[in-house]
Amino acid sequence: MKHLETVNGSDNWLTTKLTSLVNWAVNQSRANSLWPMPFGTACCAIEFMATAASRFDLARFGMERQAFSPRQSDVLICAGRLPFKLAPVIRRIYDQMPQPKWVISMGACASTGGIFDNYAMVQGIDTVVPVDVYVPGCPPRPEGLLYGILMLHKKIKGEDLFDPTLRVEHLLDDTGLRLPPEQIDEISEPFGNSVQQFRSA
Amino acid sequence: MNPSAPALQATFGNAIGRVVEARGETIVTVAKGAVRDVLRWLRDTTGQEYNYLVDVTAVEYRDRERALEVVWNLRSLGSRQDLRIKVELAPRGELEVPSVTDLWAGANWLEREVFDMFGVRFTGHPDLRRILMWETYAEGYPLRKDFPLRGRFSRSEQVRQALNVNPEGHYSLEELAIAESYDELPAEMRDRLARGQRDRIPNSE
Amino acid sequence: MTKRTVELPVATPGAGAPGDPLRVPIPASPADVDPELGGEHLLINLGPQHPATHGVLRLVVELEGETVVRVIPHVGYLHSGFEKLGEYRHYNQIVPLTDRTDYLAPMSNNVGVALAAEKLMGIEITPRCQVLRVIACEMSRIISHMVWLGTTSIDLGAFTPFLWAFQQRERIYNLQEMWTGARLTTSLTRVGGLLADVPDQFVTDLREFTRTFPDTLDEIDRVLTRNAVWVGRTQNIGVLTADEAINYSLSGPMLRASGVPWDLRKDKPYLGYETYDFDVPVGEHGDVYDRFLVRLEECYQSNRILMQALDRLPDGPINVDDPRVILPPKSRAMNDMEAMIYHFKQVMEGVKAPVGEAYVGIENPKGELGNYFVSDGTAKPVRWRIRPPAFINLASISKMAEGHLLSDLIAINASVDIVMGEVDR
Repeated sequence: MKHLETVNGSDNWLTTKLTSLVNWAVNQSRANSLWPMPFGTACCAIEFMATAASRFDLARFGMERQAFSPRQSDVLICAGRLPFKLAPVIRRIYDQMPQPKWVISMGACASTGGIFDNYAMVQGIDTVVPVDVYVPGCPPRPEGLLYGILMLHKKIKGEDLFDPTLRVEHLLDDTGLRLPPEQIDEISEPFGNSVQQFRSA
Repeated sequence: MNPSAPALQATFGNAIGRVVEARGETIVTVAKGAVRDVLRWLRDTTGQEYNYLVDVTAVEYRDRERALEVVWNLRSLGSRQDLRIKVELAPRGELEVPSVTDLWAGANWLEREVFDMFGVRFTGHPDLRRILMWETYAEGYPLRKDFPLRGRFSRSEQVRQALNVNPEGHYSLEELAIAESYDELPAEMRDRLARGQRDRIPNSE
Repeated sequence: MTKRTVELPVATPGAGAPGDPLRVPIPASPADVDPELGGEHLLINLGPQHPATHGVLRLVVELEGETVVRVIPHVGYLHSGFEKLGEYRHYNQIVPLTDRTDYLAPMSNNVGVALAAEKLMGIEITPRCQVLRVIACEMSRIISHMVWLGTTSIDLGAFTPFLWAFQQRERIYNLQEMWTGARLTTSLTRVGGLLADVPDQFVTDLREFTRTFPDTLDEIDRVLTRNAVWVGRTQNIGVLTADEAINYSLSGPMLRASGVPWDLRKDKPYLGYETYDFDVPVGEHGDVYDRFLVRLEECYQSNRILMQALDRLPDGPINVDDPRVILPPKSRAMNDMEAMIYHFKQVMEGVKAPVGEAYVGIENPKGELGNYFVSDGTAKPVRWRIRPPAFINLASISKMAEGHLLSDLIAINASVDIVMGEVDR
C-alpha cells in the first residue's frame, strides 16, 4: 500500500481513509479469529482447557481451532511455568510461527516465574520471547484469561499495518539472548517475600 | 517392630547398623558393601518377599558432619509390611552405591533421579544419566545442601546456557546411535558415544 | 471383572485372534529384514510440545515402518524444583506447593502432605476433619479421572466425552471454590486441620452432584464401552502382567488393571477408609481397555463414598485444639496475651517438627502418592520427598509400547494417566 502514497505524492484525505479502512478490516479479521497455539505446560493449561470447554467457551472469540502446529497459529499462549529445560523449546516454537504473531503470557509463572524463584525456572518468558499481554493469576480464572484475550484484541485493533517496525522478527543476538544480560538479571531479581528466602533453616 | 529387622540382624550380623522403630516405621541402616545382598535377600527369601519397591531417594542433612543417606523404601504386598533401608555415605566423599535395577525394574528412573539431584552414582545401572535436568547441565547437583536455591550462575547466564543447550543435550547418545544421522555426527561426538561419557559439556570453557 | 464387557473382533491390521496379545514381531536389526525392502529405523521425536503427550513429555520413538521398536521417554521439561523449595518453607507453606504438583487433583495432594506432616509431629486430627478430607480426596479422584477420560477420548478420536467430563469438573470446581476460594489451587489443608469449614450450601450442592453425576458416567459408558472403535483401539494394547506391574512399582489404576488387588485405601487405610463401604475395581488383562474400565468404575465408587461421607459428617471443630500448631482465631489473638504469643510464634517461626522422619502414602487418583519428610527439629524440613506415582508409572511405557503401532503408543501414553507437574516436580 506504500506505493499509493508515492503515486499521490503525499498523505491526503483519500489515502488516510483508505489506510484506516485497511487497518480496520485487517485488524478486525486478525483479532476475531486468532488461532491460539496453546503452549500448555502446567496448571494454567488446565484452566486454558476449561476456558475452551463448554462453560466459558473460546469458540465465541473465534479461537476454538487450536493450532498445535506453530506454523498455523497466530497467538502463542504460554500457559504454565517454563523451566530452563523447556526454554529452547518455546523459543523454537516462537521462531516457527509466521508473522503476524502475538504472545500471551498466562499466569504468574509465565509472567515472572511465579512462586518458583529457584534454579530451575525461567523468571518470566519475556526473557526468552517477546510478550504482548500478561495475564496474572495462579491460575487466572477463565474470565481473567478472556479479559487478557480481549486486551490483545484491543491491542491488535490499534495496530497500524503500515508501521514497518511493528511486524519484525525479534531474533536472538549472537550471545544467544533476547535481551542484554543486565536487563535479564534485573527483571529476574527476587521481589516481595522471595527476597528473604535465602536460608533454608 | 517389623519382624524383618531382627531377621536381618540374625542373617547379616555386623553389616546391619542402627535399627530405629518410630511412628510405626522400621528403619534399618546397612553397611554400603552389604546393601545389595541385603536387598536381594529381602526380595527373594520366603517369609520376607519384599516384592514392591516403593521409592529410592537420598537425604542430605544441614549438619555438615552427618552422613548423606541413600534410602530404599520397600514393601511386601503380601504381608503389607513396609521397611526402610538406609546406607550412609560421606557427603564430601565418593557417592557410590550398587544399583538394584535388576531386582526391581522400577528402580531405573528412581536411581537416575537420585543421580541427577544428588550426584550419587549407582554402579551397574544400565543407563545412568540425568533425567530431570538436561544432560549437559553444568551447575551441579541441585538438591545438595551446598547448592544455592537459585543456582550458581546468574540468571542471564542460566538463560543463555538453557537457550544454547549443546545439541547432544537434546538427544541421548544412544538415540543418536540409532538415528540415520549417526554417520554425520562429528568424530568427537562419536568418540564420546563409544566411550559412554555423558556428564560433561564439550568445549565448555 | 472376570468377563470382558465386549468381545469384538479387532479390526486393526496385524491383529491375532481376540485375547492374544497384539504384538507385531520386531525384526532384530534392519539387516534381518529383506535388505531391499527393509530400511533403517526411523527416529522420530514426539514432543515436548505435542497435543497428545498430556503435557510436556518428550517421546523419542524408534520406528520400523509404523511399528514402534523402542520408545525412550524424556522427562524433566517441567522440573520446577519443588523438593528444593520445600526445604525453604514451613510445613504450612508447603501446602500451596502441592497444589501445583498434581494440578488435576489438588485437594488430594494437600491431604497427602498434611497427613505426612501430622504423622511426623504426632498430631491426631478431629473426626470432622477426617470426613472432610475423605470428601476432598474423593472429589479430587473424580476430577482427575474426568480429565483423564476427556483427554484420552480426544487422543483416540472421540471429542464429545471431553466436553461432558469437563462440564462435570466445572460443578466440582464450583464446590472447590465455595470451600477454599480457588478453583484449582486449593491449598486446603493445614497441619492439624483445614483451611476453613465447609459452608452449608456446600453440603447441599455436593449432594445434588452425587445424585446426578452417575448419569453422566452412564452416558460416557454408553458412548465408549461397547464402541467398536474404542474397543479396537484399546483392547490388548499395552499389556502388562501382574508380575511386571509389581516389578515396575506401578500403583493405582495401572496396577489394579493388571490384576493386582492393591489399593491403599483398603490395604493400608488412612482417614478412616476402612469404615466406608465401597468396592475396588480390579482388572484382568492389564491393557488399556481394562485401565479405562477400572477408572470409570472408580468414579462410580467415589460417588458412593461421597454419599456416605456426607451422611456421616459429624459436627465439631475442624482443627485440632493445639495452639502450637493451629493459629488461634483472630478474636482471641487480639484479646488474649497468650494466644497472641502463639500466633506470633507460629507465623514468624513456623510449626516446629520433632527430629525424625515420616512417610505417608495415600491413594491418589494416579497411584500411590507418598510424602516423605525428614526433620532436624526446625520448622522447615531437611528433606521433602514426593514419591510421584505418575513418574514411576511412566517408566513402564518403554516396556508396554514395544511392538505396537505408533497410534497405539498414543493410546498407551494416555492410559498411563500422567500429569507432568508430578512427573517432573
